[in-house]
Amino acid sequence: MSSSNWTTDFLSQLADVGIAVEQIPLPAISLWQIASPQWQQFAELAMLADLRWASGWAEHHDERLFINACFEKYGVYVLLRAIVNTAKPELPSQATVYPAANRSERHSQDMYGVNFLGHPDNRRWTRHKAWAKNHYPLRKDFPVAGMPETITPPDMDYPFVKAYGAGVYEIPVGPVHAGIIEPGHFRFQAVGELILNLEERLAYVHKGIEKIAEGRNPESLARLAGRISGDTTVGHTWAACRAMEQAAGVEIPARAALLRGILAERERVANHLGDMGAICNDVAFVFAQMQFTRLREDWLRTNAAVFGHRLLMDKIIPGGVACDLTDESAALITQGISQLRKELSEIMPAVDLNSSLEDRLYTAGYLAPDIAKAFGTLGYVGRASGQDFDVRRDAPYAPYDQANFKVALEDQGDIASRFWVRYKEINAALKLIGHFISQLTAGDILAEWQTPLPGSESLGIVEGWRGEIMAYVRFADDNKIARFYPRDPSILNWPALEKLTLNNIVPDFPVCNKSLNGSYSGNDL
Amino acid sequence: MLRLLKKILQTGVVTEACKVPKDDELEALGIQIKRHIDKQFSGSIAIRQVDAGSCNGCELEIHALNNPYYDIERYGIHFVASPRHADVLLVTGPVSRHMQTALLRTYEATPNPKWVVAVGDCAACGGEFGVTYASCGAVANVIPVDMVISGCPPTPLALMKGLLGLMVR
Ligand code: SF4
Repeated sequence: MSSSNWTTDFLSQLADVGIAVEQIPLPAISLWQIASPQWQQFAELAMLADLRWASGWAEHHDERLFINACFEKYGVYVLLRAIVNTAKPELPSQATVYPAANRSERHSQDMYGVNFLGHPDNRRWTRHKAWAKNHYPLRKDFPVAGMPETITPPDMDYPFVKAYGAGVYEIPVGPVHAGIIEPGHFRFQAVGELILNLEERLAYVHKGIEKIAEGRNPESLARLAGRISGDTTVGHTWAACRAMEQAAGVEIPARAALLRGILAERERVANHLGDMGAICNDVAFVFAQMQFTRLREDWLRTNAAVFGHRLLMDKIIPGGVACDLTDESAALITQGISQLRKELSEIMPAVDLNSSLEDRLYTAGYLAPDIAKAFGTLGYVGRASGQDFDVRRDAPYAPYDQANFKVALEDQGDIASRFWVRYKEINAALKLIGHFISQLTAGDILAEWQTPLPGSESLGIVEGWRGEIMAYVRFADDNKIARFYPRDPSILNWPALEKLTLNNIVPDFPVCNKSLNGSYSGNDL
Repeated sequence: MLRLLKKILQTGVVTEACKVPKDDELEALGIQIKRHIDKQFSGSIAIRQVDAGSCNGCELEIHALNNPYYDIERYGIHFVASPRHADVLLVTGPVSRHMQTALLRTYEATPNPKWVVAVGDCAACGGEFGVTYASCGAVANVIPVDMVISGCPPTPLALMKGLLGLMVR
């Protein structure tokens, strides 16, 4: 079973146990509809067949809720759906089988009132105190404005896991942290310096992205997608645009695809440079922090000079891109690449040979490959723990379908691995940018938009700098968005932090956290 | 160690000169001073940055202020870990409702006299997110704001000029 034919075999396994699947082809993905009572049983078989659980979300249609989950194997994705009634919105949980599904199901529980039967941890997740327990913001009858109190009270009584015993103490951290960083709450149980347990409490920056997406036109959705997580503005906009373009049957010009590739790889390099510096900074190796932030600044200035925005916001638009590349600006990029290569060739040996850095980064923050797999961990975090997956290679899309590159992989699973995977990814990205520039031929950068049929839906999947991004889009009539669900890789990576900090010391938490660098905003939506 | 020193020497000092801005320059950069500040800051400002719901784009550019090109500390502007040590709150994002109380408490914990700088279009007016069941919109909807630095996100240069604009001129 080497390629896409796993679906045929798997469908017959499902038939054997009496799970009837209605197959509905959607643009770019197949939709499998099953009866809701079999939701969990499907997951059990999927687990046996080694499918990866990739995303889960719901959708409201009059008296019904659509419950969706997306699975992947060998780069082939399947969208699974079951329909429940709003009068009794319940179905058996998949989180009992796939830990990766845990928080997404809690999100659907809070936002739609779905009752996932047997869920191992059905505490509220996205909901704090901004709306009441029996209110569901993503149901169509819930007004965008909601019914907020003048001052939303803090979520004081969230039932955190407790630990008891001699010498065990608790450290609450956040939501406002000490550095220049997004807000979230971490609850540690520790003995001496040793972390016994870490529990994350997120959703502090939940700002209703899914709700305010509804009713937008494609351009406006692209702009919103570019602000799901500022560091991933290219990645999210691309995923959302891919979903919309597939749903509308719009094919983007080859030149636009290459430019998107250049933008995405530039975003990857910028973030990896920032992270590598920050990881070094968290273990007080300021030399590297200064060098990497300097290189990042050079890189962003080239972005501003060539594309007109340091973070590349709003450069990808539905149907193509909003920026072109002249020969001079291509030369500027090429020059920046060789400069960066040269600098890194001087800096990396100094970093590599630094024994104090080695002391702090090796073996710290260990994430075992089997745990990474169970949580569906993505991107550099997954790849540093042996999870050999990259959308660009395994489910290639233009322009990556015409490119050759190596996916960085390590299996040590520690902070050092995540550091070196980033470095390898920078090198691969630099090569890709050069390749994309060499492939550019004259041509359009924007395809004409076509209003999709009401009800059209699709999934846009791209490899962002943090890993696989998955955007679900359904259109209503008149080119308006009916449903948008962006799944940032952070949604699957955050739980890995709870695992990789275990048995580390409290002072190493910042560097553990940095090595994973989840997006709070991308998680909280 | 030698490699390290060699690279430091090779890199040299990259910090760029930056003049304290005049009012019209501030205006051109999209910076509004809501309350004029005089004599309060001479030579040092302690800043507590609070992300009250941003997309993290603004944080990336605030971070850049500490890179060797801008090196904002040379002006005595530094970021502190506690609001109790701060003169200025640098607030980003539309204020999410889940952060409303945290922002209010941070504001209360900051000793007087204190100033609030709203950074980014979201903090200035709600930006792409506006006022909803989940978002209070602009920072001024929650706490009094003294200066607005707009942009999505504002560039480090605009941020630096804005903060220098707080200093005695
Ligand atoms: S102003 Fe722009 S960069 Fe800043 S938080 Fe808002 S959307 Fe993000």
